[in-house]
Amino acid sequence: MELTRRSFLKLGLQLGAGGALVKAFGFDVRPALAQTRTLKIDRTTETRSICPYCSVSCSVIIHTLGDKAHNVTGTTVVHVEGDPDSPINRGTLCPKGITLKQNIVNDLRLTKVLYRAPGSDRWEEKSWDWAIEQIARRIKDTRDRHLIEQDHKGRIVHALTAIGVIGGCTDTNENNYLITKAFRAGLGIIPLEQQSRI
Amino acid sequence: MTNGWTDIANADVIVAMGGNPAENHPVGFRFVMEAKRKRNAKLVCVDPRFNRTAAVADHFVQIRTGTDIAFLNGLINYALQNGRYHEEYIKYYTNAPFIVKEGYEFDEKEGVFSGWDESKKAYVDKSTWDYERDEQGYARVDLTLQHPRCVFQLMKKFFARYTPEVVAQICGCSKEDFLKAADIITSTYKPDKAATFLYALGWTHHSHSVQLIHAAAMLQLLLGNVGVAGGGVNALRGHANIQGGTDCGMAYHNTAGYIPIPKAAHQSLKAYLEAHTPKPLRPNAMNFWQYLDRFFVSQLKAFYGDHATRDNDFGYHLHPKLPEDPQTGQPENWSWAFIFDHMHQGKMEGFISFGMNPVNNGPHSRKVIAALAKLKWLVVAETFPTETANFWKPEILQLVGLKPQDVQTEVFLLPAANFAEKDGTFTNSGRWIQWKWKAIDPPGEAKPDQEIIARLFLKVRELYQKEGGKFPDPILALNWWYTNPTNPSLEEVLKEINGWALTDVPDEKDPTKVVLKAGDQLSAFLQLRADGSTLSGNWLYIGVYTNAGNNAQRRSTEDPTGMGFFHHWSFNWPANRRIMYNRCSADPQGRPWDPSRPVLVWKNGKWVGDVPDYKADAPPEAVTTGLGPFIMLPEGVARLFVPGQFADGPFPEFYEPLESPVKNVLHPSHSSNPVAVVFKTTRYDRLGTPDEGYDIACTTYRLTEHFHYWTKNNPYNVQLQNEFFIEVPEELAQKKGIKNGDMVRVISARGEVRGRAMVTKRIRPMIVNGRTVYQIGMPIHWGFLGRGKQEGGLANILTPTVLDPNSFAPEYKGFLVKLEKA
Repeated sequence: MELTRRSFLKLGLQLGAGGALVKAFGFDVRPALAQTRTLKIDRTTETRSICPYCSVSCSVIIHTLGDKAHNVTGTTVVHVEGDPDSPINRGTLCPKGITLKQNIVNDLRLTKVLYRAPGSDRWEEKSWDWAIEQIARRIKDTRDRHLIEQDHKGRIVHALTAIGVIGGCTDTNENNYLITKAFRAGLGIIPLEQQSRI
Repeated sequence: MTNGWTDIANADVIVAMGGNPAENHPVGFRFVMEAKRKRNAKLVCVDPRFNRTAAVADHFVQIRTGTDIAFLNGLINYALQNGRYHEEYIKYYTNAPFIVKEGYEFDEKEGVFSGWDESKKAYVDKSTWDYERDEQGYARVDLTLQHPRCVFQLMKKFFARYTPEVVAQICGCSKEDFLKAADIITSTYKPDKAATFLYALGWTHHSHSVQLIHAAAMLQLLLGNVGVAGGGVNALRGHANIQGGTDCGMAYHNTAGYIPIPKAAHQSLKAYLEAHTPKPLRPNAMNFWQYLDRFFVSQLKAFYGDHATRDNDFGYHLHPKLPEDPQTGQPENWSWAFIFDHMHQGKMEGFISFGMNPVNNGPHSRKVIAALAKLKWLVVAETFPTETANFWKPEILQLVGLKPQDVQTEVFLLPAANFAEKDGTFTNSGRWIQWKWKAIDPPGEAKPDQEIIARLFLKVRELYQKEGGKFPDPILALNWWYTNPTNPSLEEVLKEINGWALTDVPDEKDPTKVVLKAGDQLSAFLQLRADGSTLSGNWLYIGVYTNAGNNAQRRSTEDPTGMGFFHHWSFNWPANRRIMYNRCSADPQGRPWDPSRPVLVWKNGKWVGDVPDYKADAPPEAVTTGLGPFIMLPEGVARLFVPGQFADGPFPEFYEPLESPVKNVLHPSHSSNPVAVVFKTTRYDRLGTPDEGYDIACTTYRLTEHFHYWTKNNPYNVQLQNEFFIEVPEELAQKKGIKNGDMVRVISARGEVRGRAMVTKRIRPMIVNGRTVYQIGMPIHWGFLGRGKQEGGLANILTPTVLDPNSFAPEYKGFLVKLEKA
């Protein structure tokens, strides 16, 4: 039998709680016991991820219910733990990493598109399509009004400084690259910054 | 980091200064404890507070916030005076033997370098900050290190002022504590000993931050501690992918791979390349930036695809160029604090923030809020409500005396996916690019950033296609080739970042051979071509996604040498190299300085061990004839003296913070950095002085239980540290009648915060230049929104917008305040 970490843990539970109970009750309570004592992560899918906080980049295992099939709905994260394979953290996590589950599953998370109109004192719920259309319109109008075609010496620059874009300290490399590609190489936006300077 | 987290375990001495790794990088700190346990390594902690790192240090020295350069310069002087430097190392691996131009001077009384114009308060001529050249344009050197103008002799003179007495006088520590630290740290000048320096935002948040790190690098070079196992100058960095963001072009002045952004002055690709391609300063120097044409042309191919052709300068004219500021004649500055200054002046209409919270994380929150109120529109993509998205709420807006009806800014708040809900790579501070897999869908209507970026871009493109508009060319030409254009696969994006051959690429030495077939992923830097036959979004990441697949996903834990390299776990830029400048780990003959910790060994005509940071087939002796170990620099060797590159001098001079309780004892006429950036554009740009009653030095920091301004939403972290507090030395508390737990106000020239006093022995009053100076400290992490007790505790309400003139990092650490019982 191949002894994985999980089967080892299960084996430990079974050995610890086994034979004596058969004698005491006159029948085998082990199946019932297994029901109540099954590990929380027994039925979960493990996904390898990286902690989003500091730059040590500890590997974490995220446990979700279900098997990630397309028909699985209503799944949630039930546990996050350090990945023992990582040469960096070898399974350990700090007080922030160890509470990542409560960061992912958190009732303060934003789940709707919100809009605040000029002068207003409240948010309004909107749709994604509406927001993308409205924002794209703002970007184009601002760009058309303010794109600097030539600098004060008449040299071609095609630079846009009336729009700024910041982001990325916990975004992936790929998203950072897409931001620089779409917004700078595409739209010509010069003010493009992230956390590194501050 | 020049080295990496796992390598810290190889150190003999660990210096934690300008960072508090036990608190802020606790899991990385395991390697410090491992070095102590297994190698009997010594940990020296130098900090304004007795912090969690100090609690396990072998030696702790308390210094005044903002005086680190004086301490480091004292260490350099100690090493030079006591012969504790690695002579053979500095002779061949640094510019110690280089001869500096006649005319270079440092005015010890005034504290300025040659070229200073007092009336203009500027360095008007930096031409003397350079090497003497020979007829071929190469730098002259004197390998005996005796020439009076060689860098080594100039250093001896420059640093002689930093005696232990002067260090104690400036830093407020005792001479004995300094000397004990100096003895431990400089003991690693022996070839088989190594010290590592671990620093973080405690060094970068100053008006002289670049010179601070320069001083540390100089010391490490003198001691022969760069490029060796257990050595290096290691920036711990503060966020999961801040290193990757920096690598991938998230800065106004660089594109991905640290390629300088084109400027107005360079109107053709040829002019751009001429301006930015360095000439070698020594015969045989590798001068790797000579290949800038290959890096940049391949990047333009990634951006503009088939629209980048030889006939149109590979799309160079589609890319924006940094305009020139008519007032200064210099390229415009759009770094962080300048953005908000320009915004406040009404020069910006729109702003898009992906997962950033400038009201909290930028300096001077009130100026940021006032600036946001001048925008026409603001887009925020976030996982939690932030102060920035909600800046128009009355409780936040009252900080600038406005009401919601006064603010015309439209705000779009887009719910975003978090780390667990997206795949893709993070690059840690050790440069390891690690893939993470998506675990779960985002909640509700939240979407991943790649989808938000793509949909916004494609909608704008659609509008330009329909309506036309100003210069639509780059928008229409952009190479958006992804299989799912509105939600690009990050595997595809990583493939593009790495890059591939567009046509067959012939061998440069033998054109009959083909190095790469069309469609092959690149696997080495010099497979890049400048003729449009290769595409690569970021040359620095070449190797991360080769024909072998996604190397960021590699998870082999084998470490055959036991050195902690783990070459088959993830991918380490550059070229999967774990220790930068590793040619320096061996002597000029190719023998490791420390045979028990070999990083590279020359065996059977090649370098083995780590991936060599050197020409792979160059014999060891080449290092004595110009093929230096610092292959990116035109000198080929490390810069002790930095010619012309920095705004504030070729050597690191000690300057006080812009707000300081005392004058600089070395040169009171130029007390703080004379070229630091100080804004005077808005009514918020104010500095306080001791004469106005701002006489307490204040610093900010993090707590291990919280991460920045995010975990204030997490119920567990909020329970662990539930309330903002201010650390007050016992003696100061007594003087002010403050008891532990009392509510106090801290006031700077920018604003005030309120919180409970934590009366402590952890910060002692210091005697600085004969007078008592008090320091207080406070954690960041609190704001207006989140769980638990918020409001009143946003530390950045106090911090000034004063910047380092090279990095444009703000001086969050070491500003002046008043303290009162509330």
